[in-house]
Amino acid sequence: MDPQSDGKVRLESGIEVKPVYTAADAPAAPPEPPGAWPFTRGIHPTMYRRQPWTMRQYAGFGTPASTNERFRALLAHGQNALNVAFDLPTQLGMDSDDPRAEGEVGRVGMAVDTLDDFERAFEGIPLGEISTALTINAPALVMLAMHLAVAEKQGVPAAAVRGTLQNDILKEFVGRGAWVFPVGPSVRLVADSIEFCAKSAPRYNAVSICGYHLRESGATPAQEMGYAFEIAKAYIDASTPRGLTPDEIAGRLTFNFNVFGNLWEQVAKFRAGRGRWARMLREECGVKDLKAMQLRMLAGGGGGGLTIEEPENNIARGAYYALAAALGGAQTMALCCYDEAYSIPSEKASLLALRTMQILAEEVGLCDTADPLGGSYFVESLTAEMGKKIEEAAAEVRAAGGVVRSIETGWMQRRLAGQAYEYERRLRRGEIPKVGVNRHVTAGNPSPQVETHPYDAAEAGRKAASLRELRARRSGDGVQRALAAVRRAAAGTQNLVPPILEAVKARATVGEIMGALRAEFGEFREPKF
Amino acid sequence: MGAFPLPPRVLIAKPGLDGHDRGAKVVALALRDAGMEVIYTGLHAAPEAVVRAAIEEDVDVVGMSILSGAHLPLCRRVAEGLRGSGKPLILGGVVPAADEAELRAIGVEAVFRMGTPFEDIVTWIRNRTGKSGSSPA
Repeated sequence: MDPQSDGKVRLESGIEVKPVYTAADAPAAPPEPPGAWPFTRGIHPTMYRRQPWTMRQYAGFGTPASTNERFRALLAHGQNALNVAFDLPTQLGMDSDDPRAEGEVGRVGMAVDTLDDFERAFEGIPLGEISTALTINAPALVMLAMHLAVAEKQGVPAAAVRGTLQNDILKEFVGRGAWVFPVGPSVRLVADSIEFCAKSAPRYNAVSICGYHLRESGATPAQEMGYAFEIAKAYIDASTPRGLTPDEIAGRLTFNFNVFGNLWEQVAKFRAGRGRWARMLREECGVKDLKAMQLRMLAGGGGGGLTIEEPENNIARGAYYALAAALGGAQTMALCCYDEAYSIPSEKASLLALRTMQILAEEVGLCDTADPLGGSYFVESLTAEMGKKIEEAAAEVRAAGGVVRSIETGWMQRRLAGQAYEYERRLRRGEIPKVGVNRHVTAGNPSPQVETHPYDAAEAGRKAASLRELRARRSGDGVQRALAAVRRAAAGTQNLVPPILEAVKARATVGEIMGALRAEFGEFREPKF
Repeated sequence: MGAFPLPPRVLIAKPGLDGHDRGAKVVALALRDAGMEVIYTGLHAAPEAVVRAAIEEDVDVVGMSILSGAHLPLCRRVAEGLRGSGKPLILGGVVPAADEAELRAIGVEAVFRMGTPFEDIVTWIRNRTGKSGSSPA
């Protein structure tokens, strides 16, 4: 961070950085080696020597056919996993022919109405081999069901499907906003997915808890971690009555964290976060299996740090953000693209982000040794300080009544919005340096020319038309029976994944299944801002 | 200006399906800090609901925040609803420069892109409404 007016350097999380660190600053006991509990230095003994991080660029737009093309291109370019973007109507459980979806079908992700779309999107992609993340929350169970149904058709049983659902609905109420149901039923759906995956799809991560979006909404790096762990705890508490052991629950949880801001603060955040998570699971949640205590994460993105001004500068920023994630020991990485302040990524921008990670992993030695910063006076001191700040952030949430209550009352939303406002004021005053924005601004710089991803409105129209054809073709009775079963399960306590799977196979639409759930659960009402 | 000038009343709206509300909330807080009265619609507001809120709350300005790229159809519907009400419509978010001419033709009076100084928005609203709010920006 920038030297402040008093000559001191303070990180966003409130830690002061000294000009020099010596042995006297480092914690008395060095952290355990990588692979040893509590995993501060990494969850594997040799980290990237064993296997470089997984590269998982977020992709999807238009129809399932165009998304399939982009997926194949990314895989051909050396990406080894997928991360599916859905359009906003799908994220909110609306079909492509819903009047509210006008102008949004296929715009920021792939439009999915029925299982046919999922089959088309994954044509020729072996779901037993390619680990696939679905960035979906309110309708997460519907997408999980579609993923499993397509895999089954490919001959891959649920037990062998490798996937990750984002499915972190609590953060949607705080940032990103793709919620549908009230908080209580929303958390029940998450517990249903954890239970189902623990029992029937053990290679599927049921939830990816997103400190990422809390950070985008105004959280400091310490709050990003601390609040995310509290959200995770809420899911663990909701899943415990399902007859699962703490080990089984914890093993189904992964995380998604952000990387923009001060590089050292990010690295310390990841290192300290692993320790905090492992301790919390052992001491507060009764987890015994060491592997289940490993903090597994997708790190990257960095959208909040990118600028609309001089957008090519974002390519350089992305490289440093990737460096932070790698030095922090992330298992999986995805980067925001330089053009994302303008639109969803163009193919060129998407490939550049992938190449950035490949250069880091293969050209400059980031994978040579585990936790290369381990033992640094500064980094170890900062890691210890971040650990305390993360605990303080968790305590804030607990003092506000816990994570569910603080979201229902709007406490968390208001707190982070207030911090976001303060951040923006400091940015505009130049206290947070941004090259090309408040530093080294080129006088008379013309509006930048960015070649952006085009939106195809005609394609959206064809999507709605093909849905209408499908509605006419399928068995209406079968769909109605399946939807009634979904609604009955929603009214009771039965796990919703099996009846949703049946509804999906009967070609019920996302909108119809979500409608059946909405009829029982109602809708979330935002607290006053 | 009188001793007790009325502050401008501003509706900050998140129309459509986009849920990225950081910008909308940050601008709402900046306008409140500048002494304006701000009403926030919350997420997923239908264009018709935005128009209804603008009329019922008798606001002086309607500010919309859209980041998904669907600003043209959404602005068109809200602008049609506001026609004849005398309430200016302004827009913030992810808006390509290439769309500005069409937005003006639809009836959007000003576009404030990401990173716009808060003072520019405050000044525009004060000049357009002739109302100042109780404290400087």
